[in-house]
Amino acid sequence: MNASNTLALLPLLLLASSCIVVMLAMAVKRSHALTAALTLIGLAGSFVSIFVAAQDAPRQVTSLLLIDSYALFYMGLIIASTAAVVVLSYSYLARRPVQREEIYLLLLLSTLGCVTLVASVHFVSFLLGLEILSVSLYAMVAYCKDAEQGVEAGIKYLILASASVAFLLMGAALIYADTGSMAFSGIARRAIGTASPILVLAGIALTVTGIGFKLGVVPFHLWTPDVYQGAPAPVTAFVATASKTAMVALLLRFLGPALHYRAVLVLFSLIAIASMCAGNFLAIRQNNVKRILAYSSIAHFGYILVAFQVGTTLAAESVAFYLVAYTVTLLVAFGIVAVLSTTEGDAGDLEDYRGLFWRRPLLAGIFTVALLSLAGIPATMGFLGKFYILAAGAASSAWLLMFFLVITSVAGLFYYLRIVMTLYASPTTDAIPTRRLSAASAVLLSGLAAVLIWFGVYSAPLLNLIHAVMSTMS
Amino acid sequence: MTLVLIIVVLLAAGILAAIAARWNAQAPRWISLAGIAIDILLAVHLFAGRSQHSQWFAEVNYDWVPAFGIHFHLAADGLSLLMLMLTFFLGIVSVLCSWTEIRENVGFFHLNVMWVLAGIASVFLAVDLFLFYFAWELMLVPMYFLIAIWGHERRVYAATKFFLFTQCSGLLMLLSILALYFMHHRATGIYTFEYSQLLGTPLSSLTELCIMLGFFVAFAVKLPMVPFHTWLPDAHTEAPTAGSVILAGLMLKTGGYGLLRFVVPLFPGAAHAFAPVAQSLAVIGIIYGAVMAFSQTDLKRIVAYTSVSHLGFVLFGIFSWNALALQGAVMTMICHGLSTGALFVLVGGLQERLHTRDIGRMGGIWTAAPRLSAATLFFSLASLGLPGLGDFVGEFLVLIGSYQVNVTLTVIASLGILASTFYALRMMQKAFFGPETHSFRIADLNPREGLMAGVMIAGLLWLGIFPRPVLKTFAPAMDTLQQYAGGLNR
Repeated sequence: MNASNTLALLPLLLLASSCIVVMLAMAVKRSHALTAALTLIGLAGSFVSIFVAAQDAPRQVTSLLLIDSYALFYMGLIIASTAAVVVLSYSYLARRPVQREEIYLLLLLSTLGCVTLVASVHFVSFLLGLEILSVSLYAMVAYCKDAEQGVEAGIKYLILASASVAFLLMGAALIYADTGSMAFSGIARRAIGTASPILVLAGIALTVTGIGFKLGVVPFHLWTPDVYQGAPAPVTAFVATASKTAMVALLLRFLGPALHYRAVLVLFSLIAIASMCAGNFLAIRQNNVKRILAYSSIAHFGYILVAFQVGTTLAAESVAFYLVAYTVTLLVAFGIVAVLSTTEGDAGDLEDYRGLFWRRPLLAGIFTVALLSLAGIPATMGFLGKFYILAAGAASSAWLLMFFLVITSVAGLFYYLRIVMTLYASPTTDAIPTRRLSAASAVLLSGLAAVLIWFGVYSAPLLNLIHAVMSTMS
Repeated sequence: MTLVLIIVVLLAAGILAAIAARWNAQAPRWISLAGIAIDILLAVHLFAGRSQHSQWFAEVNYDWVPAFGIHFHLAADGLSLLMLMLTFFLGIVSVLCSWTEIRENVGFFHLNVMWVLAGIASVFLAVDLFLFYFAWELMLVPMYFLIAIWGHERRVYAATKFFLFTQCSGLLMLLSILALYFMHHRATGIYTFEYSQLLGTPLSSLTELCIMLGFFVAFAVKLPMVPFHTWLPDAHTEAPTAGSVILAGLMLKTGGYGLLRFVVPLFPGAAHAFAPVAQSLAVIGIIYGAVMAFSQTDLKRIVAYTSVSHLGFVLFGIFSWNALALQGAVMTMICHGLSTGALFVLVGGLQERLHTRDIGRMGGIWTAAPRLSAATLFFSLASLGLPGLGDFVGEFLVLIGSYQVNVTLTVIASLGILASTFYALRMMQKAFFGPETHSFRIADLNPREGLMAGVMIAGLLWLGIFPRPVLKTFAPAMDTLQQYAGGLNR
């Protein structure tokens, strides 16, 4: 491996080596603060190295990985959101009766998996990244093994994820059988040929099954509410943001050439419509904030799939913007859940939030911003994300999908408003006492909320960045 | 710059009010009053220094999101300026009328009031469609909080319903805005949300109709037009007094304003084709609102349904689209703001005293509180269209104008004025006259309420007897809009 390849891989290498450093540090001395600090340093180093790697992007490193600005953009997003999760985990775990240090190792590993995924252009690296991610996630989901639903959630995730990988492998095999190549570009070359290569299409369908499971879109969504509810809040934040971001980025790269097959488009339209409807309508009847957010995530990935129809740079841009908006928003939302959690468990029940505004105006205000962003109200990033997707849809005249998007997001509004209403309701007397916010969490959450509003009002810098990144892709 | 300042002052006053509430419970009220007063001065300054030559009295235009061709573009003409003045006037009224009603979380309350006013002011000023949508949606959130936190018994239901109705129709408008944006790009190669550039975008008649309907639904829900009105009685009834005043006096006007400014000028062809439907729905609304108002027992619900009826005249006037009818529509919007705003203030004051809104439990209030009752009588008479008061001028102009377009519907609509006599007099009879059986011990209008009522009475008298200055102020704006639409009904 020559020097410039090493430079291009620097973000991955740094992540991998910080895994080892953290592991060794733990072996020498168990210290929660030290482990968290080392993790943050590793993540920061990896984040900075993205700019180094960007110097001579795009660069194909072996046939497995392509380090281009697209990959680097998503790496940045994933690493930054992991750093936020680390900060949240620190104060969250400090008051849970569990072993605290290992989670940082697992977080680093799963981040490595995510980062590998976004740079993958080959089935081998795809599976490699996916497995690194999944195996660490199983352990993270069941991390608080004394908690009621923790282990159940972990096992559920383990079994369904393993099954989905089996689908994925079968899909990869079928595509290989037809194209004779494990690289994604093989599909592109094949796509130019015959009208509808049945093996490739079947392979794509099976692969999409595997990916769809990770994204939690209908009909592969059944694990989502249970895992979101059972996992510790910071882990849920990671599952909802970094791991899904990585999968969407990979999906866009993998499917890019296949998107002009009519069958694939129809498949994605159906998944999108089903996800938007199921997610939004099922969330209405939930009484647990984590479950509501789980169903809402199903719907949000339905919205993202709407943009897939377009298949232009505008689509890639809108997906990227939406993912950034969604990541920031969910980090805020689950951050609030995490800081409100007690030694007994997570603050999931809607009743725990009753009258929060009158007791903790800052937290409730931040949570309101996140909920309004999820609902797509202007002056938040969530609105611009939705606007971007609608613009992409309008540009390609996908009116049916957009109509569904509008109708279902109004249904979605209903349950977001329900949470908002609870936050501002008159407080009950037996509400759980809330502890003081740690400085780090306070800064993180207010900062993220400020980002939501800042880019919601003045988005030009972010839009320009995304435009620059995505226009280099096709 | 003045235009930006107008909005910034409102936003800043809201934040200041929320902060000041920590130290002094009365401070938020005075800060809000001061903020609105500054805005009134700014608006007067704007009017005094208007340029006679350009379409806009003043405008500001900054790049906002260049990637999409979005501009932060505010502009004011006579129409927007009048609407702004109404906004600030009712803003002061809504601060004053909550002086004793709102005692909890005063700071946050005034933050919401100021921000909803800022949102409404931006709606009246925005001439970039994206900015317009932005402001349009943004004014909902503080209004939602006003209803949901300080409202009456069924506030949660009412607030949610209000939000869902307006959001759903708003998103349809967003789809239409985007469709227009891309259609315009297809025709000219320019990506823009600019109102002035989007005027006259060539569209096939079916596309034009579809896009127009998206806008129309959003404005019809706000106006409200039957059958999209069902959120209104709930929201108006459950909102605190200030919320009802802002809803009835201002938020409904944003619907009328949107129809005037955007729907007809942007889509003249489709609006022409659609005019008979809109006019019929408007007339149905006039009659339906009156009948419903007649059969209510809740005082606030009565006033709420009268709004449905009066705003029917606005819709009728706009879709008749000739000089007289348009003048009438705008006059009705302004006068309805005053008369209905005042009625909500008085009804709110009455509820504060009696702790009920049920007219079955009232009766004979006149003897207990003669000044309050007399003021209510005055505004009821204004609302039923007594000649010499503002509402009469507006509705009469609408009817004269629409007579030239559709005689049958005009005749039916004029029955609405007749019907309004019934509900207004029934309300007066049941609540204020009749035998005094409850031996009420209630305070009459205090100086603060008396001042509000007095100013609004003077305003309605002025608009009713000498409306010329107001008509003259918005006349050029209406001429321009009519030029854009190119004589809808000729």
